[in-house]
Parts: sequence; structure tokens; C-alpha cells
Amino acid sequence: MLQFDKVSMRYPEVGDVLKNISFSLHPGEMAFLTGHSGAGKSTLFKLIAVMERCSRGEILFAGQNLNKVSNRQIPYVRRNMGLIFQDYKLLQDRTVFDNVALPLVIAGYGHGEISRRVRASLDKVGLLGKEKKYPLLLSGGERQRVGIARAVVNKPSMILADEPTGNLDPELSKEIMHLFEQFQQVGVTVLIASHDISLITRMNYRVLKLDHGQLVAS
Amino acid sequence: MKHSIRNQHRAEGRQTRKSGGYFMDRFIAYRDLHAHALFSSLGRLVASRFATVMTIVVLAIGISLASGFYILVKNLQQLAGNLESSNQVSLFLREEVSDANAKKLAEVIKKNSDVLDVKLISKEQALKEFETYSGFGAAVKALDKNPLPIVIQVLPKNSLEVGFALDSLVEHFKQMPEVDLAQIDTQWVKRLQSIMELARRGVALLSGLLGVGVLFITANTIRLELHNRREEVLIAKLVGATNGFIQRPFLYGGFWLGFFSGVAAWFIVTLTTLILKQPIEKLSGLYDGSFHVVFLGGLETIAMLAISAGLGMLGSWIVVYFQLRQLKPE
Repeated sequence: MLQFDKVSMRYPEVGDVLKNISFSLHPGEMAFLTGHSGAGKSTLFKLIAVMERCSRGEILFAGQNLNKVSNRQIPYVRRNMGLIFQDYKLLQDRTVFDNVALPLVIAGYGHGEISRRVRASLDKVGLLGKEKKYPLLLSGGERQRVGIARAVVNKPSMILADEPTGNLDPELSKEIMHLFEQFQQVGVTVLIASHDISLITRMNYRVLKLDHGQLVAS
Repeated sequence: MKHSIRNQHRAEGRQTRKSGGYFMDRFIAYRDLHAHALFSSLGRLVASRFATVMTIVVLAIGISLASGFYILVKNLQQLAGNLESSNQVSLFLREEVSDANAKKLAEVIKKNSDVLDVKLISKEQALKEFETYSGFGAAVKALDKNPLPIVIQVLPKNSLEVGFALDSLVEHFKQMPEVDLAQIDTQWVKRLQSIMELARRGVALLSGLLGVGVLFITANTIRLELHNRREEVLIAKLVGATNGFIQRPFLYGGFWLGFFSGVAAWFIVTLTTLILKQPIEKLSGLYDGSFHVVFLGGLETIAMLAISAGLGMLGSWIVVYFQLRQLKPE
């Protein structure tokens, strides 16, 4: 599903942020990405979401070489990924329904289809009935679940979560992680960046550990 | 590669919609997207009423200046048009010529085979007209005697419209001892026409400049709007929005700005014309009342609205096109 082949990333101002990274994730695999702050977790995510281009090496996603994806094609690549963020990145002036519907609206789905899929997605994360609420009126855990519903509504083949539980207490974090497990069980590849070591060790999944831009454990 | 991904999505869509009519569905979704962008952008303009009104007033003044000058030139052109058919010759008689002699002279001229009609304007008649229309009546009254000459207006036959025949007729009048000055009105028409040509060019240049102004004002307004909605744009990019999708509501925003400015400009121009109509038509009495004020016509109004809306969209497009490519999610 995802393959990194000797990938390096160098920023002119900072120097090498990622050095010679190689790993791969099978379809339907769930893994954690961990490491200290500044180890390169966010940069690695940006490379997968084509927010940045790597300096050296190759990244394959769903059979596509991301180096060769043109700027015009980037949106279509992203439609096959569900991105989840620590700060949720929700539109505050739109309802829960509109937030979750955004990827479908962008992809040009019809009204009925959108309504059906948004409900199904909200049902999966346990927020059915809150469609008309605005994000500001929701708790942190609920907001992150809206973010997850938006990430999966387009049925992506991979979910990328960047510190999804960074702002949540342990109980809520467990719930969110459980949700990711459910998606993994239906065949979605899941990569979660987190530095919550206790949570990661309790869940028995593969761990990719970054240290100063190098992959030290896989 | 892009197509393979698109097809994948289409295939997915097909799986979920077994009933067929898939393309129709997509078409309706596309149309809905446009309709949504059209009305949501309108909604945004209404939501920030104060800023919108300020921008529209500035744009409307620019547009109304251009179309106001246009309508001015059009009115003047009509004036030149009225005069164009006239090849009337005015004979200003010497001061010492008496009314009786003038009358005799008029009779003589009327018998000329090249002359269609003759009109004698006595000193008193001329003074009366001057007092009525010029507003300098009091000043003229202050003079000891009537300074205006007797005028014989000669209307030559139509066959003499231009050229040598007319010139020789005028030359003939000039030789008459009673005639001080013989003037063909068409000379004034020609001068007026070249002034008009100049005015037309001037208006075209001015309109071009004002158009560029409208373009940049809309561009700047849309740039601010884009800046305010930066977060939303970045999120949309992250969930797979193409630049085209993000651009759409801004383009419609530019369209509305331009369109409403055009409507406001129409009101400005029409009101101004209405206000000026009466004094202008009073002034036109000086030209025997043949002049009627022209307003912006239907087609011209449509053209003005189309140009303003088009400039709005273009301004918005330029900004959004270049800024979106720089705006990258962090």
C-alpha cells in the first residue's frame, strides 16, 4: 500500500530531517509512527500527503510513484487518503454534516449519495444525531471523531493520523484508537503518528520509530 | 495516472449506485456545485455588507464615469448628426445695411437658381433670441445699440451639398457689397466631427483605464477574501479539492461584485442624465429644439453589465489563480 525506498528529506535552512528511510505497509496493516519531537514524524506525513516532495528516494502509494505525481494530480491522490490531525482542522462555521460532507462535495457526488454516506460515516464514529451541531459546541473527543468521519467518508484505502489523541485524555484516546482498529479490520491501511508510548505499547501493533530523522526500529 | 484515480472513484460510485443514470447524477452534482458556489458567494457578500457596499460604490463610480462619458459623447454625436445634413450658409451683413435693403437682398438671393430657401433674421429678432437663451440679456441691454448684425440664412439646393458648387456659391455671396461674412455651417459640422472623433478616442482610453482600475479593485477585494478564508482553503486542499473547486466561489464572488457595480453604475448614469435632461433640452432650444437627450439603451446596459461582471470575474481569477498555487497546507 505504502512503500518508502531510501527516502531523504532536506530543508535548506535545517538540513536533513529524514535520512534514508525505507519501510513498507501492506494493505490493511496498522502501524504506529513514534519518536521524539522533531524526529521527523510530521515531515514523513507531509511526504505521504504530497504536501512536500522528498529530496531523494521514492515513495509508492497505492502503486503510484508520488515523485511523479504532478501538482494537478495531487488532489486526486489525496482523495484516496484519509488525513486526521491533532487540531482536527474542522471548519468552525459549518455544521458537522457539512464538515464530513466536504470530501464528497469536492469529489462531485450527488445529493442523495452524500447524505447517505455522511450518515453512515457519522454512525460509525458514534455521532449520528449531531449533524446539525457546530464544531465549537462539541467536546474535544467528539471533534476528533468528526475529523475521523470526514477522513473515512470517501472510503480511502489509507488513513494517516498525525497525533490524533494529542489533545485528548487517556479514556478518549482509547476510544479513538479503538475506532482506528475497526477501520483496519475492514481492510483500511492505518498509520498513526503518536508519542503516547504507554498507549502504543498497550496496543499490539507494528511500531516505526524515528530518531533524528533515521528509522531506528520497524 | 490521474485518469486511473478518477476511474477508480467512478467505479466506486457505480458500485454504490446500481440503479444507473450515473452520468446524469454526476451532471446534476456538478450543476449543484456551481449553483452552490453562485449563491454561497452572494451570501458571503451580504454577510459582510459594509465592506461589500464600499467596494461596490468605488467600482460603480469607476464604471459610471466610463459609461457617463460614453453617453455624453453619444449625445454630442447626435447633435453633430443633426447638423450633418445641413449645408446652410449664413450671410452676416454689414452694419450700415438697413432692414429694407436687407429685405431686398434676400429677395434677390431667393431668385438665384441654386437657392432653395432664404430666411431673414433682423437685428431685433436676433437680439430677442440672444436675450432669451444666452442669459446675457442684461449685459446686452447695457450697450447703447444692438451689436448684432442682420443675418440672411440661405439654404442651397440639395444638389449642392458639398464641394465646388457650394464653394462657388459662397464665393458669389462674399462678393456682394452688403455681405460682411459668409459662412457654411458644414465647416462647423466638420470641426465638430473631428472634435467628436477626439472625444470618442478619449472616452475609449479613459474607459480602458477605468476598466483596469475595476479589475484591480476587484482583484484586491478578492485577495482579502481569500486571505480571510485561508484556513478553509487549506482544509479543502487537504481533503482533495482541486484548484478549480476552490477557485469557483471566488470567481462567482468577483462576478457578483462586478455585476452589482454595473447595476449601481446604471443608476448613477441614468439619474445623472435625468437631472441634466431639462437644462440640456432648454439649451438645445438654441439649436431650434432638434436635440433630445439620449439615455443608455437596452443593449448598452446589457453590455455594461456584462463588461463589469466580466472584469470582476477576470480580476478575481487573476488573484486566485496565482495565490492558490502559492498557498500550500502546512
